[in-house]
Amino acid sequence: MVVSAETEASSLRVHDITKGFPLPEDSAARRLALDGVSLSLAAGELVSVVGPSGCGKSTLLRLIAGLDAPDSGELAVGAESITGPNAERGLVFQDPNLFPWLTVRRNIEAGLVARHVLHEKRHEVDEFMRLVGLESFADAYPHHLSGGMAQRVALARALINHPKVLLLDEPLGALDAFTRMRMQDEVLRLWQARRTTMLLVTHDIDEAIYMSDRIVIMTQRPGRIERTIPVNLQRPRDRSSAEFLRLRSEILELLHFAGAAAA
Amino acid sequence: MLQEASRRGPEIVQARTDATLADVTAEQETKRWRTWLPVPVANFVCIATHWFVSTTEPPVETRSYFVFLWNFLAVALLLAIAQLWLPALRRRMRQMGPIFAGALLTLCGWELITSGFHLLPLPYFPGPAAVFQSLINDRALLFDSTWHSLILLLGGYALGVIAGLISGICIGWSTPVRYWGMPILKVVGPIPATAWIPLAMVVSPSAVFSAAALIALAVWFPVTMLTASGISNTRASYLDVARTLGAGRRYLIFRVAIPAALPSIFIGLFMGLGASFLTLVVAETVGVKSGLGWYVSWAQGWAEYGKVFAALVIMAAFFSTIMTVLFKVRDRVLVWQKGVIKW
Repeated sequence: MVVSAETEASSLRVHDITKGFPLPEDSAARRLALDGVSLSLAAGELVSVVGPSGCGKSTLLRLIAGLDAPDSGELAVGAESITGPNAERGLVFQDPNLFPWLTVRRNIEAGLVARHVLHEKRHEVDEFMRLVGLESFADAYPHHLSGGMAQRVALARALINHPKVLLLDEPLGALDAFTRMRMQDEVLRLWQARRTTMLLVTHDIDEAIYMSDRIVIMTQRPGRIERTIPVNLQRPRDRSSAEFLRLRSEILELLHFAGAAAA
Repeated sequence: MLQEASRRGPEIVQARTDATLADVTAEQETKRWRTWLPVPVANFVCIATHWFVSTTEPPVETRSYFVFLWNFLAVALLLAIAQLWLPALRRRMRQMGPIFAGALLTLCGWELITSGFHLLPLPYFPGPAAVFQSLINDRALLFDSTWHSLILLLGGYALGVIAGLISGICIGWSTPVRYWGMPILKVVGPIPATAWIPLAMVVSPSAVFSAAALIALAVWFPVTMLTASGISNTRASYLDVARTLGAGRRYLIFRVAIPAALPSIFIGLFMGLGASFLTLVVAETVGVKSGLGWYVSWAQGWAEYGKVFAALVIMAAFFSTIMTVLFKVRDRVLVWQKGVIKW
């Protein structure tokens, strides 16, 4: 069975992060993408980040993934601070970014090959293909897959490393409405089975309310955390319940306010 | 009225279906003629032309061309009968028939222009019969020359590809190597490899060795250029994903950047192959005392133009076979790309 990842070691702490990028017209000046962002995720928590485009959500994920370094501030998983990319922090993008030269099976294996543990853990490959329901596509190449299937492969590829934290950067953004709702349940099922700490960046407020324990709302330029809203609804959640809709309008109002303040 | 229409409706549909079926079978019938007929007819025209030409001009020994054409006709007729039972063969013949017929008619036209009406000056333009005769008479030397060309070509090409891949990967991956390597590549690369021949002849101990080195140089430039550009254009997100999966540098280079660059690398391999043919022939003409390029200039020295053309025919078959092999390898290696890119 898939081992639960819920331990204190898999909590995530982001403390007072600042990150700027050089302006294209003047490389000496920097534009702040994130300004004093602090955020904590308990182990096994699922938190969403919503905000207008350009508020630095993706930058935040890249910093946590270790793909970029912050200008100042601290990032840590458990007691270990983040210094670079590592298999303990998985990342899934909006584009599945499957390696087109590898079959579905080999894509899912990629993490094991990269960490030189394929030999010991080969049996897990079948387990993860079953987990995302893709056994019959093992030898298909990515260009044969639909968007939803490709994204399931990307999830399995990230999860096979048993990451302490899974970072999701609008993973369902490119899917049609029906596939998207099915995939939301799929991600929730994976999360409930494994209790991986998850940080989900999304544009879709319904998705954030439907899925997460807490919703972090960010403002634009420079990105700051505006407010954190807990979602205390029973799972599985009803997208048309009164409470759901109330929360939805509350967040919409906050986002409008956030947009207006920046403009 | 309405009832009647609805009652007749199915009949009309039925009639139309029958008509379409009839059309289809008729079309297939004509197609069937087209499948087997063109080659024997073209072949027959060839034989007739040759017979006519050879009666007006008896002294040239051209029996083997006759034998060849008759054998070809026999095979074409055998295949025409065999395809009645072999659908796979039929498909192949329907596809290739017109091409072969066209080739035979070209032979026929060539014969008319040269031996028939003497429109082109002899001995520079012998007819197909004379060329075929040279091919038969000199087969041992031609085979030997082809063999030497093959060894030299493969040796030089392999050397150039290995060097090109190594330098291309280094330049594409590492910024300092790119900084120093790119100017060298840009300055030295565009010099045609054949321009180094005078220098190569002075420096190297043996002509064959320097020819191999020149071929390698000709291959090295396009392979390096396209490998480097393929590697440095690897989608950053593939590398990002691999890093978050725990990949180290070896994995990033050998399992992400190189596979991602393969389509580009193959373009370089094709360009290099073309350059290697050119360099091979020039090097053999100038310095090396064996191979097809040497054979052509040697035959020209004796004014035996039949042999020159025979060598050209062999070269065409030889080079296009090697090209086809590379195409097959590419299709095999880039099977994951099917439907993504066609070139």
